[in-house]
Amino acid sequence: MTAVVLNSVSMTFNPGTAREVNALDGIDLSIAEGEFVSLIGPSGCGKSTLLRLVANLVEPTAGTIIVNGTSAGQARRDHTYGMAFQQAGLFDWRNVRRNVELPLELAGWDRGRRRERAEEMLALVKLDDFADHMPWQLSGGMQQRVAIARALATHPPLLLMDEPFGALDEMTREHMQAELLRIREATGSTIVFVTHSIPEAVYLSDRVVVMSPRPGRITRIVDIALTGGRDDDTREDQAFFAGITEVRESLRAVEGYHSHGGVDDR
Amino acid sequence: MLRRAARKTILFVVAVFAVGCVWELYKVIGPVDGGSVFGWKIIPKASDRAMPHTWDMIARLLEPENRSGGSPIAVTVAGYSWYTLRLAAVGLLVGGIVGIGLAVLMARWRIASRAILPWVIMSQTVPLIALAPQVVSWSGKIELFGWEWPRWASVCALAAFLSFFPVAVGTLKGLTSVPAASLELMETYAVPWRVTLMKLRFPAAVPFIIPSLKLAATLSVVGVIVAEISTGIRGGIGRAVLSYQQASTGDAEKIYSAVFGAAALGLALFGSVVLLEVIVNRNRPREAT
Amino acid sequence: MRVARLASAVLPPLVWGVAFVAAWEALVRGFDLKPYFLPAPSAIWSAFTDNVGLVRAAAFVSGGNALVGLLLGVALGVAASFALMRSNLLNELVSPLAIALNAIPIIVLVAVFQNMFTSTSEVPRRLMVMLIVFFIVLVNVAKGLRQVSPIHLELMRSYAATPRSVLVKTRIPNAVPYLFTAVKIAAPTAVITAFVSEYFGGRQNGLGYFIPSNFANSKNAVAWAYVIGACLLGLTFYLVSVLLENITSNRRGKAPGGATT
Repeated sequence: MTAVVLNSVSMTFNPGTAREVNALDGIDLSIAEGEFVSLIGPSGCGKSTLLRLVANLVEPTAGTIIVNGTSAGQARRDHTYGMAFQQAGLFDWRNVRRNVELPLELAGWDRGRRRERAEEMLALVKLDDFADHMPWQLSGGMQQRVAIARALATHPPLLLMDEPFGALDEMTREHMQAELLRIREATGSTIVFVTHSIPEAVYLSDRVVVMSPRPGRITRIVDIALTGGRDDDTREDQAFFAGITEVRESLRAVEGYHSHGGVDDR
Repeated sequence: MLRRAARKTILFVVAVFAVGCVWELYKVIGPVDGGSVFGWKIIPKASDRAMPHTWDMIARLLEPENRSGGSPIAVTVAGYSWYTLRLAAVGLLVGGIVGIGLAVLMARWRIASRAILPWVIMSQTVPLIALAPQVVSWSGKIELFGWEWPRWASVCALAAFLSFFPVAVGTLKGLTSVPAASLELMETYAVPWRVTLMKLRFPAAVPFIIPSLKLAATLSVVGVIVAEISTGIRGGIGRAVLSYQQASTGDAEKIYSAVFGAAALGLALFGSVVLLEVIVNRNRPREAT
Repeated sequence: MRVARLASAVLPPLVWGVAFVAAWEALVRGFDLKPYFLPAPSAIWSAFTDNVGLVRAAAFVSGGNALVGLLLGVALGVAASFALMRSNLLNELVSPLAIALNAIPIIVLVAVFQNMFTSTSEVPRRLMVMLIVFFIVLVNVAKGLRQVSPIHLELMRSYAATPRSVLVKTRIPNAVPYLFTAVKIAAPTAVITAFVSEYFGGRQNGLGYFIPSNFANSKNAVAWAYVIGACLLGLTFYLVSVLLENITSNRRGKAPGGATT
């Protein structure tokens, strides 16, 4: 079964008004179960909108979206995906464990099971010693790990991530990328990942979807063929550089890349 | 912009009208002599003496103060309000200067902040307005450099005392909220503290000072009115409220003329701070706070 | 270390305060000021200890009015802010009214309340306190219920959370610190309002009656003794509300932004 299918999806904000924005136009994309797909493109290309459409946080103006075999709205109501944002978005009045428990509470789990699952998730992101801490006592990277634990708490088959490491420094970022791949290995989740960073997209993904702005379209899909497991050595691998070059050239071909310059070359 | 302002104005008029309607509705359904719940007399009396009709309150504005002749009470009350407004404006000015001065002092020296700030906060938690009679009793007994301390100056001093606090706290917050990077930039220029204050800290504090001045304006008006009432000084709106209230038995609508006068006066001083805000902020991006 | 920190926090204001009282005493003695002009701190203190029972009784009257008005105002303010959150129209109608009322000296309404209720009861005063507290609480709590982080709302939407869950798990917890900040502002205001309300006539039993009447009879030291009572009352209300606020904000590690009166 495919995890996500988008069929000629278009999205127009404020249709019929002076502020009309054609954010996405004719998007066709299908993502296989267990696949890691990154969405990359200059600012305003609609990659975040695309993710929000899959999450059913906004409704498309045209086209159909199938998530985990059901409509996007049904997938949201069934809690079959988890989501992480650029800001961790933790509730500062709850401790770490109770933040992770939040989606379980809303799904109607009882107290004992909730606690058990939260401990399991915190162990997965290696924060089991911090369960009773308050969010403000954690560093940015740790907060983001709590957010990932929260997104994974219901064991959703699909994980949607909107620039989750965008606010972190480079060192923490590389560490978090490695952690994410380890978590993916453990859970087998399908991951859709929005990013500004070319190396990040190439390091993490099976496929990188390159998008162009105004209206947002998919211009190219780059397959990343990194042999073996990905670790720190991967970042010095020839195949890794080849992937970066290919994505960068695809982005250069995108009209408006230079004028917008929204992509990180790090 | 203009459409939003017009909408807000219309909604405000509707809201005021709705309050009037609730008042009149209560007069229809409420008991004339009031009532009690669990022995508490908390049901208002709906009689014309206790709650006159809204249209009678407005009509009263056009009749003379003592119903015997002379100019309409609206004119008389405007005179009282003008008297109080001047005292409140002086109080706000003095309170504002003292407040900003204290804030600069506290921003400059940490020790000053630690010594003064607790007292500044405490000065507002205690009802020091109670001292109005004492302060006013000094009038005519103190001479400063040959200038005899008049009674109105005591009233202004009390108003200033009430209004300096929000300004001091707001300004201090503004002066110390400057980003560290900007302070370091000024340090690279090796300029004295005074220059940093004028070029950086003050401009950065403006979005904090203006709201504190709005609060101070209302407090200054309250201070003058309360001082007028507690010391029996004549000529202002505070005294008018008290004497019109005492005349309520025979002339129930009269008190509302004074209430309207007090409201207009409060809005006038508040409005002048808003005007100042518009002038100061004309070159700033909207929604700085 | 803790002792040193406590000392550095308490010592400067204490030194300043002691110096102030000493200067006052010296001024009165040095210039031989008459008690009706300004009584010495020592005279005020002995008047306070002589009349401590009377001061306490008057403080209980004013303090009782402040407390009843404060509790009612908080309860009604919280209830009304929920109503404002549910209805946009209501919010647009009430918000400008609240701003306008903030700008005018609504304390003069005590005079009106005395006509509407039995003027020899405490009801007009308590109503006045309630009204002022009500608007402080309304403005702040309504802000806390509305100004929820957009990310939290998006997160709750991704969980397909019901409006009730969003309210209970996001909006209400977000508004709690705003409530306590409002109470911290409202508590001293309640005392001052209860006290000033007594100036407008009515029963002659509270601090707001005894202070001016003693000044009028040139019993300045006794009036000052009642002022001490008023200060203690105001401080008690303030400290209790600060304590309440600290209990909630300590856990969160930061205060909510922008409380307004």
